[in-house]
Amino acid sequence: MRYAMVIDTKKCVGCSDCVVACQTENNVPIGYCRDWITERVEGTYPNLELELRSERCNHCENAPCVRCCPTGASHIIDGGIVLVTPNECIGCGACIESCPYDARFQHPDGYVDKCTFCHHRLEKGQLPACVSVCPTKCMYFGDLDNPNSEVSQLLKARKHKTLAPEAGTKPHVYYLI
Amino acid sequence: MEEELFTSGRNIPNIDPSLQIWHWPISVYLFLGGLAAGLLFFAALSTVLKKEDETPATVKYAIIVAPIALVLGLMALFYDLTHKIFFWQLYTTVRIESPMSWGAWVLLFITPLSMLWVFSYWKDIFPKMDLRLSFLEKFRLFLAKNRMKMAYVLIPLSIILGIYTGILLSAFNARPLWNNAILGPLFLVSGLSTAAATIILFSKSHSERSLFSKIDVGLIIIELALIVHMIMGYWAGSEVQLEAMELLVNGEFTVMFFVFVIILGLLLPGLLEIMELRGYKVPVVVPAILILIGGLVFRFVMVEAGQLTRYLY
Amino acid sequence: MQYCILVIDLRFMGTSRRKFIKISALGFGGVAVAASTMESLGVNAYLEGLALENSLEKLKQTATYCEVCFWKCAGWVHSDNDGNIHKIIGNDIDPHCNGRLCPRGTGGVGMYTDTDRLKKPLVRKVVNGEETFVETSWDEALTLIATKMKDIKSVYGAESFGLLKHGSPGSHFEHLFKAYGSDSIAEPAYAQCRGPRETGFGLTFGSWVGSPEPTDIRDTKCLVLIGSHIGENMHNSQVQEMSDAIDNGATIITVDPRLSTAASKSQHWLAIKPSTDIALLLAWMNVLINENLYDKEYVEKYAFGFDELKAHVQQYTPEWAYGVTTIKPEEIRKTARIMAAAAPATIIHPGRHVTWYGDDTQRARAMAILNGLLGSWGRRGGFYFKEKISIPKYPHPPYPTPKWGWEEIGEKYPFAEMGITNELIQASIPSEENEYPIKAWLVAGTNLNNSIPNKKLLEEAIEALDFMVVVDTMPMEITGYADVVLPECTYLERYDGIRSATNREPSIALRMPAVEPKYDSKPAWWIAKQLGERLGLQDFFKYEDFKEVIAWQLKQMGTSLEEMEKIGVKKFPRESGPMYLDEGQDHEFYTDSGKIEFYSTALESQGFDPMPKYTRHPEPEPGYYRLNYGRSPMHTFSRTVNNPNLNDLKSENDLWINPKVARILNLKKGQYVWLENQDGVQSSFPIRVRVTERIRWDSVYMVHGFGHNNKKLGRAHGKGASDTQLISQVAIDPIMGGTGMRGNFVKILTENPAKTVEV
Repeated sequence: MRYAMVIDTKKCVGCSDCVVACQTENNVPIGYCRDWITERVEGTYPNLELELRSERCNHCENAPCVRCCPTGASHIIDGGIVLVTPNECIGCGACIESCPYDARFQHPDGYVDKCTFCHHRLEKGQLPACVSVCPTKCMYFGDLDNPNSEVSQLLKARKHKTLAPEAGTKPHVYYLI
Repeated sequence: MEEELFTSGRNIPNIDPSLQIWHWPISVYLFLGGLAAGLLFFAALSTVLKKEDETPATVKYAIIVAPIALVLGLMALFYDLTHKIFFWQLYTTVRIESPMSWGAWVLLFITPLSMLWVFSYWKDIFPKMDLRLSFLEKFRLFLAKNRMKMAYVLIPLSIILGIYTGILLSAFNARPLWNNAILGPLFLVSGLSTAAATIILFSKSHSERSLFSKIDVGLIIIELALIVHMIMGYWAGSEVQLEAMELLVNGEFTVMFFVFVIILGLLLPGLLEIMELRGYKVPVVVPAILILIGGLVFRFVMVEAGQLTRYLY
Repeated sequence: MQYCILVIDLRFMGTSRRKFIKISALGFGGVAVAASTMESLGVNAYLEGLALENSLEKLKQTATYCEVCFWKCAGWVHSDNDGNIHKIIGNDIDPHCNGRLCPRGTGGVGMYTDTDRLKKPLVRKVVNGEETFVETSWDEALTLIATKMKDIKSVYGAESFGLLKHGSPGSHFEHLFKAYGSDSIAEPAYAQCRGPRETGFGLTFGSWVGSPEPTDIRDTKCLVLIGSHIGENMHNSQVQEMSDAIDNGATIITVDPRLSTAASKSQHWLAIKPSTDIALLLAWMNVLINENLYDKEYVEKYAFGFDELKAHVQQYTPEWAYGVTTIKPEEIRKTARIMAAAAPATIIHPGRHVTWYGDDTQRARAMAILNGLLGSWGRRGGFYFKEKISIPKYPHPPYPTPKWGWEEIGEKYPFAEMGITNELIQASIPSEENEYPIKAWLVAGTNLNNSIPNKKLLEEAIEALDFMVVVDTMPMEITGYADVVLPECTYLERYDGIRSATNREPSIALRMPAVEPKYDSKPAWWIAKQLGERLGLQDFFKYEDFKEVIAWQLKQMGTSLEEMEKIGVKKFPRESGPMYLDEGQDHEFYTDSGKIEFYSTALESQGFDPMPKYTRHPEPEPGYYRLNYGRSPMHTFSRTVNNPNLNDLKSENDLWINPKVARILNLKKGQYVWLENQDGVQSSFPIRVRVTERIRWDSVYMVHGFGHNNKKLGRAHGKGASDTQLISQVAIDPIMGGTGMRGNFVKILTENPAKTVEV
């Protein structure tokens, strides 16, 4: 089982619903966010390309945050989800420094927090909050090891990319382009 | 024109617009750790080479700074933790891949060892203060007898500690300024250089001072060579590394880096030490203090600038 | 804090008798600062978060429909027994949202938790020679309003009490006003927003577009957006269906001077010169007709005035349009052919906020005619025949007949189909020729200061009023001008009328309170009923709780409150026939001719152009840039800027500037600037520069709704600039009275112009 998120940049309008949904689902304090929207504009008027991306922890297969954690608070569970155990985290900040995506932050309580792929919802058979709420249905979630899953099929059929591939982290969040 | 921005209003404390996760305590800690590593290395080496008598400051006096620096460094490190009550989790596991874990364990051994070392010289350091309790004196004698064994243990531990202060940063692939293999040796050499400067400050023996002046000049030359090497490394690198280089060479940290680290922290003290070795009258305090300040500033620059660098995607 | 006495202020707007009062709590500043500091550190939210986490009890789900915007998506409020709302999730069977709320709906919880809410009724009083708001009881406030309503009625007639409204609370007050004898009712949603398209499409197809729009986007093959920003407006099902259309491989053509989000999703973005849209529409007609690409059978069967249209558009060649719009003739031809190839599954989208240049009804007509030529009205992938179910009226005595009302007030505009806010405001300014004098207002759920252009006129009218009541959940700017401010509870804390809107299938949705009203706030239905009883209109309010009305209505409709509490949304079968025309089917349109009117005899009879023409509109002087404004998907107008969850996503607006302009003016990204329009009106607050290629060099752009100047809006105050403030030139649509607002031009000031001026 390898969970992956596939996000269609051709459909995303950058509305940020994923961000609010995450905030209310996971009690993320106001002023913080586990996911966010990046807008990229290239070209010269009127020959322009605009890309909108919903970004979050990439749940990397080769996760530098997990490797650099001195206590094992950052760890990978079945399905490839990278999690932080608050009561093992000392707040040293090493994992934050190690993340090429700046996806982690210090929760006001001191421990490090980030996207969990809504692990608690997956256990109940629900999709991550961001995926379930997206008005454009541009986000897909599933198992990469299952060749018939929606995510596998989409990655087979469509051109896609991951973020900062040169960092060598093997992200599990893919963008259809 | 290319434009990239957050449209969902991301402004997370200490993360945006650039990382401010590690603050001054980390810079101070890296400096003190390097300094202590250097002092312990020189003391142990001198002992192993049986040169204790020629280098009294190295093995007895300057070394007092080591446990103090380590304790202060640990306090600084602890101060910068944000989830402090769980710090003990560091010692529930050994994480081979985590430099931080290595550092925690090395510090766990080297800090008491440095104290024991100093304690073993109690009589020489504090000739007027007798250890009244006989078991303490017995213990001290036991330590003094086993000093050579301690030295053999301290040599690898101090090298690990010295390199670790650099590797702590260089292991982060995500921060292009830090992510180069030179940083470990560079911080080790810089730590040794600050240790040599400290020994010069403590030493009353002319021969010891001139020995460490010679050593220091050598270390400064190596350090400069490593810095050139590091910058060449950025220069040959990808866009993100070029941007990292810009910070040092032509950006926010250029003045700090060139004036305080390169010129005042390395070139000038090196020159003064050479002049002194050639017989010119130079107060030895001056280059020594310049080196210490330069070493501290260097770590501030690297910690702060490194957090400004990141991958672009 | 909510129990302390609210007092005093401070700033005076000119020498006005009706001083703008900034609602502030005197003597509790320290507490407020401490509280806001805690909040800025995230401490409060964090503590709340902990509290939520600790409660392991099962969450209660309550049916609601959203009030953060007019789309009114149905959803479920998840709350615990302690009155904490955890989240709001869309109702899966609701055709407005299909189980997916937009960011504002998801963040609707912030409306409830916002500590800046209005908390107690406030009455304007003179304390120590200064006008100020004093907290009062509901009884005192309501009695005062009822007394004033009686006075106005006896001196001028009930007609002179105007109602300006928006959204769900509006309907409760509309009932009160009609019972009281006033039909002087208007809402900005018409003359400041979608009015021209309703009139334009109404004149052509005999049918309003309405809301939600009956555009069959999910099945379309070609979607044409003209200044319509789906994706920046989060009209939920429209956004969802556009996404479906992208999946289905539909072609999207967007006409916009700015690279909108929708434009970036389009295969063809026509970067048109602002204010020239009608020229492009006419040129498209020219191509469709001259290249024989239009739907001949459809036009022959259903349309009226094709020959006149054909003759009329001969002058509007693509080559001519190129000179006007800057869009190349081959591009005009190519896109016209794409539309025709996809027809009838082609939608020329009517847009929503369409009050731009004063000839907006004619532009809407041009769009409607284009749809007619393509045969897309009543066709799959075009426009479906919408249907809604009517909600039985709860029994009450007949309303009295007012001597005059919104129709008379707007009589200059023969095709207005709703009250014209700006005319009602004009009628509030005393003058000899004013036959319909308005003397008092009740303003419910609309922040006129940020929705009505021409601030001077608005302030002059407010100044002249005898009495003004504002009902709102938040201390919006308009509350500062009121004599009485009534705190309404949010949609999460109240019952409201059953939602029934036009769609493919009729459906209804229930809104019930998920939690008790916070502070001393009350639902609009309760306020209306209390006022009605004090006016002796108790026969119009024969219920203790609005719940009884809903229960009665649902029973009449064959369902029940109990059932609706469980399902939230109920669908009903269509009764008006199929959604699309069958081939060759006879169909009568509700126009004078019974056909789709390419040539409008109705317009002609009133002296207007029977077919749309292109007219030139003002262009910026050197040094000035056209002020373009729009929507951000995270906010609804100016209403949500203070919502903690949504403010977190976007707390201020940016001024989009083309890099060329930035180079000329030496402006840098992130720099703050002030704006001054062609009439010397300056922005109160600075706005942050965004240098971007997404905007033309002759325009600047900002998101509407920012630049709040009421300090009581802790998060929104002073953040960004208000476009409304800078709109002092208004081009009135002579057909229906809409206020064209896109003809304002600004220059960019790098220094604060107010520095030397006394504030």
